Amino acid sequence: MIYAAGVDVGSTQTKAVVMDGSRAIVARSLIQTGAMVVKAAERSFVEALASVGLAREKVKYVVGTGYGRYKVNFGDAQITEISCHARGAHFMFPGTRTVIDIGGQDTKAIRVGASGEVVDFAMNDKCAAGTGRFLTASAEVLDLPLEKIGALSLEGKDPVRLSTVCTVFVESDIMSYLSQGRMPPDILAGVHRAIAARTMSLLQRIGMEAEYSMTGGVARNIGMVNALEEKLKAPLNVSSESHFMGAIGAALFAIERAEAASHEHAQAHLGGWTDGSGEGQ
Amino acid sequence: MAEYQGVVHTKSREIMSAWYDRLAAAAKNGTPSACIMISGNCVEILRSFDIEPVFPEVNALQLAIRKQSLPLILKAEEMGYSSDNCAYVKADAGYTFGEGGPSDGKIPVPNFLVCNFVGCNVYIKWFEHSAAFLGVPLVMIDVPFLHPDGKPTEGDVRYVVAQLRKLIETCEKVTGKKFDIDRLREICALSARAGAGWARAKELCQNTPAPFDAYFDSINMMGPINVLRGTKDAADFFDAAVKEYEEMVAAKKGPLAQEKFRIVVEGPPPYPYYRQFRDLFAAWGAVAVQSTYSTVGGIWEWGFRHDPKRPLESIAELMLVNNLCNRSLLQRYEQIKRYVEEWKADALVIHSVKSCRLFSAGQGDMRDYFANQLGVPTLLVESDLEDPRYYAQAMMKNRIDAFFESLEHRKLLRRA
Ligand SMILES: Nc1ncnc2c1ncn2[C@@H]1O[C@H](COP(=O)(O)OP(=O)(O)OP(=O)(O)O)[C@@H](O)[C@H]1O
Ligand code: SF4
Ligand SMILES: [Mg+2]
Repeated sequence: MIYAAGVDVGSTQTKAVVMDGSRAIVARSLIQTGAMVVKAAERSFVEALASVGLAREKVKYVVGTGYGRYKVNFGDAQITEISCHARGAHFMFPGTRTVIDIGGQDTKAIRVGASGEVVDFAMNDKCAAGTGRFLTASAEVLDLPLEKIGALSLEGKDPVRLSTVCTVFVESDIMSYLSQGRMPPDILAGVHRAIAARTMSLLQRIGMEAEYSMTGGVARNIGMVNALEEKLKAPLNVSSESHFMGAIGAALFAIERAEAASHEHAQAHLGGWTDGSGEGQ
Repeated sequence: MAEYQGVVHTKSREIMSAWYDRLAAAAKNGTPSACIMISGNCVEILRSFDIEPVFPEVNALQLAIRKQSLPLILKAEEMGYSSDNCAYVKADAGYTFGEGGPSDGKIPVPNFLVCNFVGCNVYIKWFEHSAAFLGVPLVMIDVPFLHPDGKPTEGDVRYVVAQLRKLIETCEKVTGKKFDIDRLREICALSARAGAGWARAKELCQNTPAPFDAYFDSINMMGPINVLRGTKDAADFFDAAVKEYEEMVAAKKGPLAQEKFRIVVEGPPPYPYYRQFRDLFAAWGAVAVQSTYSTVGGIWEWGFRHDPKRPLESIAELMLVNNLCNRSLLQRYEQIKRYVEEWKADALVIHSVKSCRLFSAGQGDMRDYFANQLGVPTLLVESDLEDPRYYAQAMMKNRIDAFFESLEHRKLLRRA
């Protein structure tokens, strides 16, 4: 069996996925990227391999993606996360025409063609406003675990209006609502709505087309999924693989290239006809 | 990343350096000089009086390419210029009003200033401030913005010509010389020759591969066409450029080893990161076959030429009609559309300038129009033409790489 891998070194978390020739995901890992980016890339790959006891040499091709894609020292190629998220989402949900990737520091809207190719994309500029970082900051101010805020936001009946989706100012915004006696569910409902509104403006830039698939770590947040579906007035494709979509896309590119390489290799040996005489070659 | 460097590059450096030498000489010996703007300019008139033109915009971009713009920008901001003001203006303000300025002996203190582009209010204020600070006269030429139908009225032309006559009076006063219309005719004939050469060079980019990068390499021709226009040096330069490019076309050579993508570029380059920015495109074999930035001073590829028979009127027509800056956003759409079609481009790249709201406003709609209505793959990136603080290499690379990955993918799909 042939194996290949995708390593998505995001600004916040690093994801590794190992895939076999049947396009089945055989191993994965998820770790914090932290400050040592090269080490994080290496560790995520090693952990994924170790989880199934696969030897490193078995993996014929590795594609690095994400902001740290050039820090994947052992990678055979680098592909941007835009292409990889599109590829991964299209693979998991072939009807996908629009991908919404919300990660730790970036929000990306990607329009995808029928073959999984990127037709257009838009992303936030140079600033973490309205991204996963904003949710993490909100959870911190409210002293709640990040994993809980999504579900809690669904209990909000009267969402607050945030004045900004700026990661720096959200703290004082939330504090002032708390001092007015507003409860966390309403505040969180407002937080999720604000990000959804911001994401819509990115989507409008690329032109919106169903089906919509959500990727990136924030897809784990049920509150965010709901808030987006509400604004989109359409369902979002989300699965337990959504967080790994960039790495899955990278692994798909990797397996294709590994197969192409082994095909060329085979041709080099089997191409043409020979009768063994050494003539007519 | 190495791209082709030929006669055009060496000759351009030569004649542009000679101009800066003349400016340094003027600073010493008091040869009359005047500040003027690039956009649709009337440099021919100054030239007919042997007044050396000084271009503050060119000074600003030279400072940016040399990575010297930031301290000057900060200085201007300290003086009260807003962080949203055009960074060209701020770099020049920091330079002119600071210690390094005209007093450093490399650039003369001008005898007067000519504000020949009034489409941008910030520009007007810039030259007003400079004139007040330097204590020299300012000649303001009010050029009516181009009408939606793209044609100036007879009255518009007369209005600008009348103001050019005022400029001539100032030139006479400063130099003590009498205006010589025959001299101006000769100069206009040289301008027409340079314009024809520049137009021909651009037309050659319709070939595959294009012989030069009509965005990045255009810089080497924009100096001669906008600054040195009306000199024999500039006219000869374009003869040499056309010769070189015709040879390259015949040999199927371009600036890169291989032309993989043909792009049209809108917006000025990020001068503080010129090299890095160019390399991001070169890495993908992307060559600009046309650009709007190369027409800020004038558009010659649609047939405009200075006319020795109607020197003042033809100068007025360049100022009114035949330059990017005096045209509306919708006229810019049309220009880009023609470029994409006639120059057979695969894609459009828009580089939006943070500190220039005037020309950047509307680029979101422009992107939408080309990407969604015309189906031209379009990339919009943003930084600045002068202020290094707005440029982030990793982010720029991510967007540009993603864009060309998708173009490549779609090319493969079309072939399959
Ligand atoms: N269990 C969880 N519940 C809710 N949110 C989560 C969970 N796990 C991760 N997230 C969110 O996902 C974000 C990380 O997502 P992801 O791994 O896609 O980002 P990244 O790829 O590192 O960043 P980027 O793509 O912006 O460079 C975190 O900032 C957090 O907000
Ligand atoms: S302060 Fe807020 S809005 Fe400004 S750059 Fe930072 S995150 Fe963005
Ligand atoms: Mg990511």
